[in-house]
Amino acid sequence: MKIELTVDGAAVSDDVEPRMLLVQYLREKLGKTGTVIGCDTSNCGACTVHLDGTSVKSCNVLAVQAGGRTVTTIEGLADTVEGDLHPVQESFRECHGLQCGFCTPGMIMQAVDLLKENPNPSEEEVRLGMEGNLCRCTGYHNIVKSVLHAAGGGAA
Amino acid sequence: MIPVKFDYLAPTSVEEALAALGEHGDEAKIMAGGQSLLPVLRMRLNAPEVVIDLGGIDSLRGIRDDGDAIVIGAMTTHHDVREHALVREHALLISKAVAEVADSQIRHRGTFGGALAHADPAGDLGAPALALGAQFVIAGPGGSRTVEADDFFVDLFETAIGEDEILTEVRIPKHTGWGAHYEKFVRVAHQWPIVAVAATVRGSIDEARVGLTNMGSTPLRARATEAALAGASATEDGVREASQLAAEGTNPPTDLNGASDYRKHLARVLTGRAVLKAAGA
Ligand SMILES: Cc1cc2nc3c(=O)[nH]c(=O)nc-3n(C[C@H](O)[C@H](O)[C@H](O)COP(=O)(O)OP(=O)(O)OC[C@H]3O[C@@H](n4cnc5c(N)ncnc54)[C@H](O)[C@@H]3O)c2cc1C
Ligand code: FES
Ligand code: FES
Repeated sequence: MKIELTVDGAAVSDDVEPRMLLVQYLREKLGKTGTVIGCDTSNCGACTVHLDGTSVKSCNVLAVQAGGRTVTTIEGLADTVEGDLHPVQESFRECHGLQCGFCTPGMIMQAVDLLKENPNPSEEEVRLGMEGNLCRCTGYHNIVKSVLHAAGGGAA
Repeated sequence: MIPVKFDYLAPTSVEEALAALGEHGDEAKIMAGGQSLLPVLRMRLNAPEVVIDLGGIDSLRGIRDDGDAIVIGAMTTHHDVREHALVREHALLISKAVAEVADSQIRHRGTFGGALAHADPAGDLGAPALALGAQFVIAGPGGSRTVEADDFFVDLFETAIGEDEILTEVRIPKHTGWGAHYEKFVRVAHQWPIVAVAATVRGSIDEARVGLTNMGSTPLRARATEAALAGASATEDGVREASQLAAEGTNPPTDLNGASDYRKHLARVLTGRAVLKAAGA
């Protein structure tokens, strides 16, 4: 099936099988391996991207469902702002919000969504807003700190 | 894992969707937000030949005021239901419960109608819909019919929606000014409840409605507790006493998360908490 969509600012079109997941499409067809797969059950959030500006788990969306829409991945996030990195990326670096880094693309994409909806979250609100993202290294303290730091810096 | 091959149809009207269902019969599966269906397909627990995506049918999305009820389109996302002022004003219990469904990403895609049609006994929206006396509008080849909440939930993953039918909207009778609380008991974040209780009360307490999640193969009403609460005062002792009746007539499952008896205990404790919070006590 033919799909046309915008991914990280570029118009792309492809012929895909309806059963192809959006995450597979991004990784295997477009080579955007910044978006990762961490589970089989849509629990972990590592695959989080923005579909028309809101966060979704790209392992739980079909590529055909993204037809006609706009997808932003971790690879294109910095291009949505001035500067080299998005402020949330900057904050994760500043606060060391990662250990092995596997969950980080999803964490950052979800944090950006969270701050868009709630620019000044409490710690509790950050923890709740990030509940769909698991960190196997369990480095949650610094992840939460990073999100709060980004909020303090007026990011989002 | 990747689903088995299927054909994908994206109708733009309910009529087209019904025609596609009629044509493909039990080889077809309806997809709403896909948040329960896609995991099922990926684990290959089901392998429909045709997936009919309702995502392109705009008329199924949105929330409107209809006099004595609010009407929630089946394809309205959990996120949009949660945020909506009409829901907060007239069906606070739904706002509270929907906030507890899954996580932010899943609430952006998953739909109100999809969750109710899926009828997972551990799903968070069945008990509040039942407690509020929701009416389910179901479209089929012969037109639309309305099913009362008491008749909608038939069994585990089974509702009154026929194979050739589509849930189009859910009418929630207005419960304006009623206090509400959804008390969900989980072991880990963003998961289905082991047991949850949906409570909404008028005054403190003139009338009460209590729905139970995961206390049987369908959502249930705690009718004995409701009767005991009517006209009771919202004191801790009074509410706790009425809550002792919450597990009456239930037959909860025993599974890895807990034994049947444990669930009955949870139902009584959580009902007390939910009612007290709903009554603002
Ligand atoms: C990790 C994870 C955690 C979750 N946690 C929770 C939780 O804590 N609580 C909870 O309640 N839910 C939870 N869910 C499920 C979530 O709420 C889903 O959004 C919901 O169950 C299904 O909604 P959907 O719109 O995605 O439906 P789909 O997945 O598209 O469809 C579900 C089923 O309903 C049928 N169907 C859908 N719409 C219609 C219709 N209009 N007419 C007829 N049939 C229809 C489909 O054919 C399918 O069989 C979770 C899901 C995931 C992946
Ligand atoms: S890979 Fe998508 S949620 Fe885990
Ligand atoms: S940093 Fe390793 S999974 Fe989160």
